Amino acid sequence: MTARLEARGLTCSRGTATLFRELSFDVAAGEWLAVRGPNGSGKTTLLRCVAGLTRLDRGEVLWDGEATRASSARFRASLLYAGHLPGIKDDLSAEENLQCALQLRGIAAAPEALRAALADVGLEKRRRLPARRLSAGQRRRIGLARLMLDPAECWTLDEPLTALDDEGQRLFAGLLERHLARGGLAVLATHHDVAPAPARVLRIGT
Amino acid sequence: MSAAVAPLPAAETCGSFPAGFAWAFARDVKLAVRHPGETLLVVAFFVLVASLFPLGVGAEPQLLQRIGPGVIWVCALLAAFLSLPSMFAYDYADGSLEQMALSPHPMVAWASGKIAAHWAASGLPLTVLSPLLGLQYGLDGATLAALAAALLLGTPVLSLLGAACTALALGARGGGMLLALLALPLFVPVLVFGAGAAEAQAAGLSAAPHLSILGAGLILAAMGLPPAVCAAVRIAVD
Repeated sequence: MTARLEARGLTCSRGTATLFRELSFDVAAGEWLAVRGPNGSGKTTLLRCVAGLTRLDRGEVLWDGEATRASSARFRASLLYAGHLPGIKDDLSAEENLQCALQLRGIAAAPEALRAALADVGLEKRRRLPARRLSAGQRRRIGLARLMLDPAECWTLDEPLTALDDEGQRLFAGLLERHLARGGLAVLATHHDVAPAPARVLRIGT
Repeated sequence: MSAAVAPLPAAETCGSFPAGFAWAFARDVKLAVRHPGETLLVVAFFVLVASLFPLGVGAEPQLLQRIGPGVIWVCALLAAFLSLPSMFAYDYADGSLEQMALSPHPMVAWASGKIAAHWAASGLPLTVLSPLLGLQYGLDGATLAALAAALLLGTPVLSLLGAACTALALGARGGGMLLALLALPLFVPVLVFGAGAAEAQAAGLSAAPHLSILGAGLILAAMGLPPAVCAAVRIAVD
């Protein structure tokens, strides 16, 4: 396992405001990077730049030593990105949403695996309800079940603890710990303290 | 949880065109079935407006036969236009579009799948209903067949053109009006040749030239527009 995410000289501006300039960092397998900064400092934009959604003004992101722009299909196969918007369809049930999200990533999960993952995040009884009848925290838990089943090596998560209760936060910490132990890596923008300590903290906008 | 965890399997590039197309098509058809209001609205609009014309212009058979193909085409075009904004807007608003943009499947694959699903939920029902509405205008069998064939070839072009326009209008304020300004002029050639097919048939000529042009237009649109949709989506999620 040689998973490694490197960022070299990332610069991004929106309109006339420069959000960050010449930002570089490394994240190796088994490590996670915490992105901290006040509201509006560009944490979300940084994560979107790393994922490849937002265009960088300068700089590049390397995955296993290859520029992600050049080998984007390879990088995207290893990338799990979750932004502020959960991408959950109100008309589909929790189970269908989870299956849909995994299939989009090219992962075929057995129905039993889906059910077990939803049971682990506390949604077993509600797995057939349309997602519109789930609370904000329960919708977030669909995302946790996705983290459980998706073998992506690189997690890029924006405020993953929002709307989760204490138990949900512990569940996330356990998942992160397992992910790192399995040789994965993660970049998280979060204001909360998460149990496995970050290898590095990146402060932006200060 | 930490004891004896298997390492992550090596990531394979598991995206493919057929898988991405099938994923998007199956998902959007399922959503359309789950939420049939949208499709029913399009169909109801089509049937109502096409039924209003005979009431408005009077039940004079010759006049109705003359205007029938054109009226049905305009109604189908407006009905197809009505269903356009929902093609990407909901996925954009709830974050699904970002997830799709980051999937290992080629972007063209799921974009084409979404367009195909949109056609199945709007253009296809309009095509199927058009002969019934044509009967109200006293069109004969051959003209009805030409009308349905023209719609079968023309409505996918409307979905493809509409997809590119609606993707361009994503995130723009007053997107609805912008979409009308962008899309309706582009629909004009489809309308001209589509209505022309049935009119030629009604006039005793062959509908084949019009249908051939529509078919060629469909091939061109199917080749050229999905990449344009992808470019517009990329701008929208940036």
